Amino acid sequence: MRRGLSTQILGISGKLLVGLILAFVVLPAFVVTLAAFNDRAILSFPPTKYSTRWFTRALTYRDFQTGLWNSLVVTAWASTIALAVGTGFAIALKRYRFRLKAGLEGVLLSPLIVPHFTIGLGLLVLATGIGAARGFPVVVLTHVIVVLPFVIRSVYISLQNIDERLELAAASLGARPGRVLGTITLPLLAPGLVSGWLFAAILSFNEFTASLFVTGQATQTLPVAMYGYVREFADPTLAAVSVIYIAVTATLLIVANTFLGLGKVLNVEQGR
Amino acid sequence: MLSKAVDLPPPASLPGAAASPRGNPAVRLDGVVKRFGAVTALEETWLQVEQGEFLTLLGPSGCGKTTLLNLMAGFLEADAGEIFIGGDLVTATPPYEREIGIVFQNYALFPHMSVAKNVGYGLRMRGVPKREIAERVDAALALVKLTGFADRSPRQLSGGQQQRVALARALVIRPRVLLLDEPFSALDKNLRGAMQVELKEIQRRLGVTTVFVTHDQGEALSMSDRIVVMSAGRVRQLGTPDQIYRHPQDRFVAGFIGDVNLLPGRFEACAGERATVAIRDLRREVAAGALSTCAAGAAVDVFVRPDHLGIRPAGEAGTLPAQVAALVYQGTHIDLHADLDEGGRVVVRVPGQGALATYAPGTPVGLLVPQGGLVAFPPEA
Repeated sequence: MRRGLSTQILGISGKLLVGLILAFVVLPAFVVTLAAFNDRAILSFPPTKYSTRWFTRALTYRDFQTGLWNSLVVTAWASTIALAVGTGFAIALKRYRFRLKAGLEGVLLSPLIVPHFTIGLGLLVLATGIGAARGFPVVVLTHVIVVLPFVIRSVYISLQNIDERLELAAASLGARPGRVLGTITLPLLAPGLVSGWLFAAILSFNEFTASLFVTGQATQTLPVAMYGYVREFADPTLAAVSVIYIAVTATLLIVANTFLGLGKVLNVEQGR
Repeated sequence: MLSKAVDLPPPASLPGAAASPRGNPAVRLDGVVKRFGAVTALEETWLQVEQGEFLTLLGPSGCGKTTLLNLMAGFLEADAGEIFIGGDLVTATPPYEREIGIVFQNYALFPHMSVAKNVGYGLRMRGVPKREIAERVDAALALVKLTGFADRSPRQLSGGQQQRVALARALVIRPRVLLLDEPFSALDKNLRGAMQVELKEIQRRLGVTTVFVTHDQGEALSMSDRIVVMSAGRVRQLGTPDQIYRHPQDRFVAGFIGDVNLLPGRFEACAGERATVAIRDLRREVAAGALSTCAAGAAVDVFVRPDHLGIRPAGEAGTLPAQVAALVYQGTHIDLHADLDEGGRVVVRVPGQGALATYAPGTPVGLLVPQGGLVAFPPEA
C-alpha cells in the first residue's frame, strides 16, 4: 500500500522522536563513561587522550574503598531486612482483613511521599537523642525505611499472581499449612522475593539524600563519599566510580535475568 | 478421626474409593449454616450423600452451592450445624485431615511441578514410600489416559489434559469424597461432552462418592444419581434427575430445569393429591402440592415443556388461540414462538422441518395443551 508523503513524514519524525528520547535516557551514562577514560585531570567531554588511570585512583582512594565496603554492608543488611519485614507485611495485607488495614498500608507506603532528606533528618534527630547517631544501625534502618515500600509492592504483586486455589488444592491433598508454604507458596513467590530484594539492593546502593544526614566519617556510603570528593576535586575519578556503579548494577540485573528472566524479576510478566 | 487404614496400600494399585464403615453416609450435613457478615450464604441445610453416589449441587451463581462444597472441603467453617464424612465428625477438622479430593474449575495444577509431581503430591504429603508413589502415580495417569505425560509441565497440556491431571491428583489419594467445582465450564462444548462421559465412567468404576457443583442443568441431568437444586442459599429440591425434571416441587425448580413455558391459569379445586386448574376453558389436572393454599379462582402459573405443546389449526376445539410470532430453525426441530391471545409468549418445539413451510409469522393457530406433564404454582409474590 502506498502512503502519502505527510504520513511518511509523520512516521519518520515519530521514529526520530523515540530515538531522541532513548538517546537522552542513555546520554548521561554515555558522557560519563567517556569522561572517565579521559587522560586530562579535569572533567571534560569529549576526551582527547584516553587512559584508565582514574579507575586506578578510584579503586585506591581510601574514602571510596571504605565507602564501597560500607555501601555493600548497608545494602546487604538493609535489603535483606526490608525483604523479611516487607514479605510479612505484604502477606498480612494480601491475606488478612483487619481494622486499620488502610492506615497500615498508608504508613508503609509513606516513604514514597516523604522526601528522603526528611527521613534522614528525622532519623538523625532521633538517633542523636538516644546517642546512636551516625552508627551503622541507624544507616541500615534509614535504608530499610526508604526501600520498604518497593519491597512490599513487589512481593504483594507476586502474591496477587498466586492463585489461592493452589494452596487450597495442596491443603485438600493433605499438606499442613507449613508444608503448603514450603512446597507451594514460597516456590511460586521466589521470583517476587528475588525481584523485591534486587530492587531494594539497587535503591539502597544508590541512596544518597537520606544517607547524607545519618552517616558519619566511619559509616559513609559510597554516594556520600563521592559527594565529599566532588566538593574537593574536579578530576574524572568520579566518572570512573560512576562507571563502576553502572557495571555493578548491570551485572546484578544480568545475573537476575539469566536465572529468572527479567520479565519475571521486574514483575511485568503475568505468566506463572 | 480419620481411619489410618485409608493410607495403607491396597492390593491393587488402582486408586479406589476409601472404605468407610458401611451404613454411614459418605457425607452428612446436619443443620449447617454459613453467613458472610450480614449475608446468609447457606441457610440451615440437612443433606446426606450416600456411599458411591454421584450427587450434583445445581443452581445459579450465588445460590450457595460453592459455599456448600467449600464447607465439605473444610475451606470454610460452618457457623452452625455439624458435618460428617464417612461417619466421622469433621466440622472443625482442617482440610488436610479430611481425606477429600477436589478438582477446581481452573484445575489449580501446581505450575512449578511436573505432571507426575502434581499427581504424587498428596502421596508425598502422606509419607508414602517412593516406589509406591511411582506405581500409584502411573496407575492414576493410566486411569485418566495420560500415560507418557508424566514428565510434562502442566503448561504444556491442553485444557482437557490439565483436567485429567487434576482428576488423577485428586483420585490417587483414594479420597473419601471427590468434590468437583464446575470442572467442565472452562472446556469447549465438544470436549465437555466427552469429558463428562469419561468422568462418569471413572466415577462408576471406582465407586467414589462424588459431589459435583454446576450451574448447567443439562450437565446435572445427564451425570447425576441425585440432584440438589439450590437457590438463594436454600435447597429447593432434592431428587433424581427424572424427579427434578418431571415433578418440580417448587416454582424456582420448575423454571430453572429445562426449557419451560408459562401459561396463565386459574385454580379451581383440590381433590386429595390432585388439583384442577383451568387455562382459559381447558381443564387440566396437576399435583396439588404447591396449590394447597390457593383460593378457588386464584391465578396460577402453569408450566409446560416446549415439546409437550402441539400446534393445531386455529379454532380447533380444545386448543388455546394464539398467533405465530417467529419460527427458529434448530436442525432436528423448529422452535415455533407464538403469542397467546391471553397474553404471554410460548415456545412450541415442532419436530422435523415441516413447520417452516406450514406456518408463517402472523398465522393464527390453536395451541394443544397436553393432559399430563403439567405443573402449576402460585404466581410470584
